[in-house]
Amino acid sequence: MNPLELTRARPGEPFTVTFDGRPVAALPGQTVAAALWAAGVTAWRSTRGAGRPRGVFCGIGVCFDCLVTVDGRPNQRACLVPVHPGDEIRTQEGTGQDDARPGEAGPARD
Amino acid sequence: MTKRLVCDVVVVGAGMVGAACALYAARAGVDVRLVDRGPVAGGTTGAGEGNLLVSDKEPGPELELALLSARLWDGLAAELGAPVEYEPKGGLVVAATPGTLAALADFAAGQRSAGVAAVPVEADRLHDLEPHMAPGMAGGVHYPQDAQVMPALAAAHLIRVSRARPHLGRTVTGVLRTPDGAVLGVRTDRGDIHAPAVVNAAGTWGGDLAALAGVRLPVLPRRGFVLVTEPLPHMVRHKVYAADYVADVASDSAALRTSPVVEGTAAGPVLIGATRERVGFDRSLSLPAVRALAAGAIGLFPFLERVRALRAYAGFRPYLPDHLPAIGADPRVPGLFHACGHEGAGIGLAPATGQLIAQALTGGTPELDLAPFRPERFDTDRPERSDAGPPERFDTDGGGTS
Amino acid sequence: MRDRGKRGRPVTEPPHLASAGEKQNRTGTGRPHLAVVGAGPAGLAGALAAAARGIRVTLVDAAGQAGGQFYRQPAPALGARRPQALHHQWRTWVRLRDGLDRHRTSGRITHRTDHHVWCVERDCASGRFRVHALLGPAQEEGGTVDADAVLLATGGYERVLPFPGWTLPGVVTAGGAQAMLKGGLVLPGRTAVVAGTGPLLLPVATGLAAAGARVAALVESAGPAALLRRAPALAAQPGKLAEGAGYAARLLRHGVPALVRHTVVAAHGTDRLEAVTVAALDRTGQIRPGGTRRVPCDTLAVGHGMLPHTDLAETLGCTLSGPAVRVDGEQRTDVPGVWAAGEATGVGGAALALAEGHIAGRSVAARLHGTVPDPGRWAAAARTRDRLRKFAAALDAVYAPPAGWAAGVTDDTVVCRCEEVTAGEVRVAAGPLGAGDLRTVKLLTRAGMGWCQGRMCAPAVAGLTGCPLTPGRRPFARPVPLGVLAALPDADGTGPDRNGPD
Repeated sequence: MNPLELTRARPGEPFTVTFDGRPVAALPGQTVAAALWAAGVTAWRSTRGAGRPRGVFCGIGVCFDCLVTVDGRPNQRACLVPVHPGDEIRTQEGTGQDDARPGEAGPARD
Repeated sequence: MTKRLVCDVVVVGAGMVGAACALYAARAGVDVRLVDRGPVAGGTTGAGEGNLLVSDKEPGPELELALLSARLWDGLAAELGAPVEYEPKGGLVVAATPGTLAALADFAAGQRSAGVAAVPVEADRLHDLEPHMAPGMAGGVHYPQDAQVMPALAAAHLIRVSRARPHLGRTVTGVLRTPDGAVLGVRTDRGDIHAPAVVNAAGTWGGDLAALAGVRLPVLPRRGFVLVTEPLPHMVRHKVYAADYVADVASDSAALRTSPVVEGTAAGPVLIGATRERVGFDRSLSLPAVRALAAGAIGLFPFLERVRALRAYAGFRPYLPDHLPAIGADPRVPGLFHACGHEGAGIGLAPATGQLIAQALTGGTPELDLAPFRPERFDTDRPERSDAGPPERFDTDGGGTS
Repeated sequence: MRDRGKRGRPVTEPPHLASAGEKQNRTGTGRPHLAVVGAGPAGLAGALAAAARGIRVTLVDAAGQAGGQFYRQPAPALGARRPQALHHQWRTWVRLRDGLDRHRTSGRITHRTDHHVWCVERDCASGRFRVHALLGPAQEEGGTVDADAVLLATGGYERVLPFPGWTLPGVVTAGGAQAMLKGGLVLPGRTAVVAGTGPLLLPVATGLAAAGARVAALVESAGPAALLRRAPALAAQPGKLAEGAGYAARLLRHGVPALVRHTVVAAHGTDRLEAVTVAALDRTGQIRPGGTRRVPCDTLAVGHGMLPHTDLAETLGCTLSGPAVRVDGEQRTDVPGVWAAGEATGVGGAALALAEGHIAGRSVAARLHGTVPDPGRWAAAARTRDRLRKFAAALDAVYAPPAGWAAGVTDDTVVCRCEEVTAGEVRVAAGPLGAGDLRTVKLLTRAGMGWCQGRMCAPAVAGLTGCPLTPGRRPFARPVPLGVLAALPDADGTGPDRNGPD
């Protein structure tokens, strides 16, 4: 049994995203966090102090532990942001702003 | 519970100024007790940015106080080290237009003659100092003496090393006096503390404490908001603000007006201060105020447009009508000393204030002339300029709650 | 109503959000307008009750679909044909959903999804409101909704008390595990331990088990004696007890061992969770010597009850009562025009939220029509509300974290997850540095200054230091881009201009 079977889900066609450069399969409708969990990934941030790994904690957008860099945009909450085909998801180091300057990020996308 | 305590001096107020008074008095051999109705740094100290500025001060008594403080801060920083997050980062005042730059250059020349290090910066060198600053500025002045501390930590650690005994969560309800009017100590909600000297370091509430001693000191609150961003790498290196001079030849001096102050912190967030409003002790969020702060900060550092503000908070600067603090003995009440009314500069001016108070307490010669800071200077019949008139809307005239 | 782009331009409404009845409302013209913040049970019940009584309602919610946390729905693209397999009280949901659909079709309710409200502003002169939101999951642009009244149905979030290892990936909140399961149809791992205290643990354990996880243990710190002490109040809720019995049967069916009066004292692993240590508690809530065991697992779903979201209410000036928004019998706060319902007014579950939301919606309708409501009209809902509040209070007394939890938090345990402040630093602030309240501890340690603004660590800091748990002041209920703040209308409403050095 898995959650998809339990709810008799018929998801759309899986697509591919990358996590730290390696391909990961994702389903339409999933959040970034759900796609990474489904791929067995539980950590995608390292803290700015001790460099410790973090991932989902509260799962509802309150704790900000699951911050991740998607397509060069840092500090996205993986538990809220839907995954899109071709997304480049990267482990966020520290503030996430060291290589992706906030003023130079791409246009907003919903 | 109502045990009577005896000491040499009671300092009322556990903010930065009270902490500095306690430290220097204790080091002068005085037995000090520090009383506050709240916690350490519970008032304006805990709501400030920790500015240690000389850059925003024109030649005069406040600048002298600031320069003395800057020297004392050097020593305190060496002694206390990293825990107070002292950062001699320097200030950078920038001018957007050639006219403003000319006025800024004049202002800086006056400061230099008073002993301030003020180094002109050509337009094409601004980005060496601040790589992320908006393009197109006319130039600026670099003030290497400007510095920053984390104010709540600074107050807590000064109190810790002073070895003065703190009595926190204890409210002063009266100033005890002898039949001939001299200070005898303070009455609190948890007993009396007897001492021949009381130091009023109650900040924005200093007027209330003066009233308990039967004298008038017109300290009023001037609200300021500070915006705090998400943690960032070291993208803003100095304390940066834009200068504008009101070319009002009729006024007694060129008044300095600035746009919001933007600075990075050791911990990561950028602080954006500070509005000035006279609205009493109203803490409620003012969206127009935070809007002005945000817009001003983006004007200086365009990258901030996409950066998130995590919080905003209000503080209340203690200001006196002539914008100078009250420092020294109060001739109206023997044994009463004042150390309050520093408006937005209390963190920076605290060590000098503490040192001067300690010198006054021990009968020494004050290092600076205290005449401009006389606490009784408002006892005149003429109406006070800033007490009257319509309430001001906020303007962003810089400095900040420090 | 209009949305503002981040530069203050009105932006074109996406067609699926626009509805026929949508016109800029000004006081005194058109139907009165209620903004409901939150589309969970309380917000939905309030919106339906008000809309049915002639009020124009805008339902403003952060999620992409209505339901809140309790009725969180899988994304439509996942194609779940039987989402109810993960839910309880599904029929109630169907009723709410169908009601919302009807009112949306008729234009009485506008549902603004993906609106993350960061502030509700009250214009003191007119008494009207402007709800400020950030749009979309990206939350980079601002939008506003103007209204004559506001119903705050902002829900709650989970309280988790720290223990060594609680920051390891694989340790998630119980509610978080459930949210990811309901919304994303995913599991965090293969072998889970569900631990902590509170009525949420049972449905989380059974949900994870039903969805295919091996639940190695359900670890509840409350003991059966505590339940017995509260038996009269609990027995007054036969439905609730039956619900509990149902969960217990499901635990048995899935072979989930339940350890009552036990607690997780540590999580182990290097870069992710590998095992937890479970300890037995004595009657006073202290760890029984020698009563520990190590349970291998890759997931720990842990929670210690819920706390209300009160930021918007506090910034509006509403008085709180303890951690919750204070309301009267009509669910009115003490700020004119502001109602509150659901977990925001005290944690009590979905059924209580429905009753409170219903009452709030009826009260709003009467008041906005200029009449005084007759509480007799909602007597049944009021009785339900009273009963469920008593039940919630009884549960609260039963499900307390173990008395000695703070002693088990080692000095090197990170307490503030955002700013990585340790228990040792917090203890120094409250000891030698003299902090006696949460704000001063925050100033001296940075605990609570990070991205989550102390929502996660405040209960822990309070417990470690003995400071009272006072709600933090959070003028921004969410992080707001400075560009959105800069584009707010000017004090005189003339729109943004530069305040910089030009």
